Amino acid sequence: MTETTTPAKSGVRTVPGAPLLELDGVKMHFKTKGEGFLARRTQWVQAVDGVDLTVGAGETIGLVGESGCGKSTTARLITRLLEPTAGEIRYQGVDIAHMSERQLRPYRREIQLIFQDPYSSLNPRHTVGTIVGTALRTHGMVAKSGELSRVQELLEVVGLNPEHYNRYPHEFSGGQRQRIGIARALAARPKIIVADEPVSALDVSIQAQVMNLLESLRSELGIAFVFIAHDLGVVRHFCDRVAVMYLGRVVEEGPRDALYQKPQHPYTQALLSAVPDIGVVRGVPPKNRIRLVGDVPSPVDPPSGCRFRTRCWKAQDICATEDPALIERAPAQRVACHFAEPPAESILAETA
Amino acid sequence: MSDQTPGAPTTVTRVPRDPSANEEAYLEVNDLQVQFPTADGLVRAVQGLSYSVPLRRTLAIVGESGSGKSVSSMAVLGLHDRKVARITGSIKVGGREVVNMSDKDLEGFRGGDAAMIFQDPQSSLHPYFTVGNQIMESYRAHNNVSKRAAKERAVDMLGRVGIPNPRRRVDQYPHEFSGGMRQRAMIAMALVNDPKLLIADEPTTALDVTVQAQILDLIADLQRDFGSAVVFITHDLGVVAEIADDILVMYAGTAVEHGPVNKILGQPLHPYAWGLLESIPALTGDPQPLHPIPGSPPSLLAVPSGCPFHPRCEFKDRVPDDWCTTLRPDLIPRTADLGRSSRCHLKDPDRIFETEILPRLP
Amino acid sequence: MKEEQAVLLYILRRVLSAISVVIVTLVASFALFFFAPTDPAGVICGPRCTPERVADIESSLGLDQPKVEQIALYMKGIVAGREYSTGGVVRHCDAPCLGYSYTLGQPVTKLIAAALPVTVSIVLGGAVVYLIVGIMAGTIAAQVRGTSLDRFVVGSTLVVQAIPYFVFALLIALYATFLPDSGYHPFLDNPFAWASGLLAAWLTIGVTNAASYTRYSRASMIEALGQDFVRTATSKGISRRRVVYRHGLRAGLTPVVTIFGIDLAFQLTGAIFTESIFNLPGIGLLTLRAFNQYDLPVLMGGVLIGSVVLVVMNLVVDIVYTVLDPRVRLG
Repeated sequence: MTETTTPAKSGVRTVPGAPLLELDGVKMHFKTKGEGFLARRTQWVQAVDGVDLTVGAGETIGLVGESGCGKSTTARLITRLLEPTAGEIRYQGVDIAHMSERQLRPYRREIQLIFQDPYSSLNPRHTVGTIVGTALRTHGMVAKSGELSRVQELLEVVGLNPEHYNRYPHEFSGGQRQRIGIARALAARPKIIVADEPVSALDVSIQAQVMNLLESLRSELGIAFVFIAHDLGVVRHFCDRVAVMYLGRVVEEGPRDALYQKPQHPYTQALLSAVPDIGVVRGVPPKNRIRLVGDVPSPVDPPSGCRFRTRCWKAQDICATEDPALIERAPAQRVACHFAEPPAESILAETA
Repeated sequence: MSDQTPGAPTTVTRVPRDPSANEEAYLEVNDLQVQFPTADGLVRAVQGLSYSVPLRRTLAIVGESGSGKSVSSMAVLGLHDRKVARITGSIKVGGREVVNMSDKDLEGFRGGDAAMIFQDPQSSLHPYFTVGNQIMESYRAHNNVSKRAAKERAVDMLGRVGIPNPRRRVDQYPHEFSGGMRQRAMIAMALVNDPKLLIADEPTTALDVTVQAQILDLIADLQRDFGSAVVFITHDLGVVAEIADDILVMYAGTAVEHGPVNKILGQPLHPYAWGLLESIPALTGDPQPLHPIPGSPPSLLAVPSGCPFHPRCEFKDRVPDDWCTTLRPDLIPRTADLGRSSRCHLKDPDRIFETEILPRLP
Repeated sequence: MKEEQAVLLYILRRVLSAISVVIVTLVASFALFFFAPTDPAGVICGPRCTPERVADIESSLGLDQPKVEQIALYMKGIVAGREYSTGGVVRHCDAPCLGYSYTLGQPVTKLIAAALPVTVSIVLGGAVVYLIVGIMAGTIAAQVRGTSLDRFVVGSTLVVQAIPYFVFALLIALYATFLPDSGYHPFLDNPFAWASGLLAAWLTIGVTNAASYTRYSRASMIEALGQDFVRTATSKGISRRRVVYRHGLRAGLTPVVTIFGIDLAFQLTGAIFTESIFNLPGIGLLTLRAFNQYDLPVLMGGVLIGSVVLVVMNLVVDIVYTVLDPRVRLG
């Protein structure tokens, strides 16, 4: 292993020059009971099956994909709420994949999670001040005397009235509750925030408010984000790079503009093409849409070779036998497909 | 379904809609009010809502949670408990008045001439009955036919909504279906009696985007075949652009903007509609900063005086004499175009849109 | 795998595990009663007792044998029958032999066989009463939720629940004199006498439990009627009655079934108050008497019956559940 340094204060070891976060062949297989009486064999749900991902300091990477693609499991792996079945999760070069709870403590502070449902993730019996204050105390961020002023400062940062620190979560609207969740995450002064569908439970106008807040946190505090969402517009707005997941794997990953303008994986193309586009009403000519047929196969028994082949119009014999590797097809754009190519015409209707 | 050939994706081209001349309205809602007396006070869920939908056309009702879009549509099918909801005004479906219709008449009306599809197919189908059983029940409630004939009809409908292997699927339970298939089954159940009016309450919100695309195509296809009037409730303006002919934007229980979809989304005249458009990140072009509407929607227990949108409106200073805070604007045509109307005191909304809003739209 | 096959295999697997549970319970209670630092023989013998007589009782109970042998002998008795000697007389006890009661001078199996039908009659009859009353009242209250009728129903259940069970039984025994005299007559001898003799007991169990079943089913029905699928059913144009009783009740009853299974199992182990107040010689009275007189073999028999009933009822509830809710998969 490379030489690591141990900064005295935080307890987080680092390998100089290593990226902020790296996932290397990460797998998460959940056990499930199979059928049969005497020979009931154990089956494995391959929720995440070999994900490689790199996040630099201050960078935002979006994870998109449909239900069951493993994006939320990936979020829980990065924050080590789950221990991966295989692979390495390196934080500043140090593998945290199998660390004990005790070893993890300093890392937990630097990697924070924001949840989808702002209500169920806040304890209804605690005031906002207690919720945010607990986060401060857990990580030993401030002296007892400075706690309240720091809580109020954080509430102000996320756009809440600092005088409302003694209110309870139910006294806030959905958007405000999400802000409380963000304040709690910020309390630890994290270097990276994993946001799992942070705006999808919110109304459109509120969603934009929270997006803008996250945007300002990123630019002002330089926090890196792993941003998980099913809304492709939201991800495009927020992220520098985007990774598309399908059935537990990353099928395409690249810089935002390349991925949205010249997607090379058939699944990415189908996904983008399925997004209903408001441009139609502004005189943008209607586009041809790719329609996927059938359903996503079961992660218990995924197809051999390329996992998308059962729904892919490009599928050939090789797709069933050979698992396509995630390789660079364009600058910084990696695609896992034997027949990767940019679409003949733009998938997205171009605005005039 | 394996009707695809390798090498070519299955594509669908959206046919631009024919902006046909106004036909006779099949659904006519007039000055509808829905109120719920509660311990905390009177919840004014819908206030003075009027709209109409002819056969073969789709009206999208758009709004955020609490805007009254679902409440008003449930009233069309008489689904509110009369002990709980106070409903006044008029809802005419095919000439029949639904408000104050007797329970007996409501039973014959619901699911027959007017049917509804709900948001979450997982919770909206009964988990203990087979899919076929549930479709048959709907069919037999309105047609005096044998179980065998009803089952044939169910199989037929499942096939029609694109469920492979309908003869086997008809005997399965909802949990044996995927999310998209469940919503197809739900649609089959709604259409089993050839309704002339279909109300779809956020039918694709719980679905993944590729499945949503399939379901939107299906609803559009079926509407063409059945020739029904469709009311499509959604919060997604992209979906509206794809599926609707007309759009009704609701805020705090009232319609704030109403008209043909290309006009309303192409050149909206109400500040709330502007705010919505500025809140949606685009899929193309340079990402622009979002310009969200400040504040949050009002409580329906205490709807603001005057224009209900005024506490969140950036343009209220441009209206003289505090009209916005004291005087409730009417839903009236705002331009020479009589086909559209909006509820706002602003004098020159079209100019404000062109010069101030359009440039900063994504 | 075929559906029916799966069900059969599931039941087989559950029966096997049920048998092992019963055996574990037996061994544990055996240990509790026979290894306890007490003097069962002395208790049985009474105050005026000679050491010879104690020794005789000990040997006939097998207490002079090693513990393991005692358990083995007991097990053997259940499977194949065994011999007992009392005061030099050897008696044969047929399988399933649960021992021999010295205080009553009868084989335990015979005692239980006589008491069990009494308890089963009381409990099942009472269950019919409280299920019908409770589910009906609960379903009606759920439909008129918030009205004065609903408040009346809920209020009555509170009143009934506030009265202790035995007080209620006493009230019926003392004041409901219009009821036929209680007493047990076997069903096969005279069904009418059977029913009239148990009526008072059924009323007691029925009314006291109906209160809680009203509340369970009311809560459960309110939840069920608020479900999206009930709204869907309404939107199909079927009658309100069909919506409530076919769609709502089907979903609302499922949780009540679980509670019922467990309640029934406990009641079957002996409705002690009801049996003593109405003088019905059921399992409850039998074990209560055995407890007072330290009649170990009868107590053991009671424990055995209790554990068998519990295990069987659990199995029944699980199977009923899979019938009611197709989403529950056997496994």
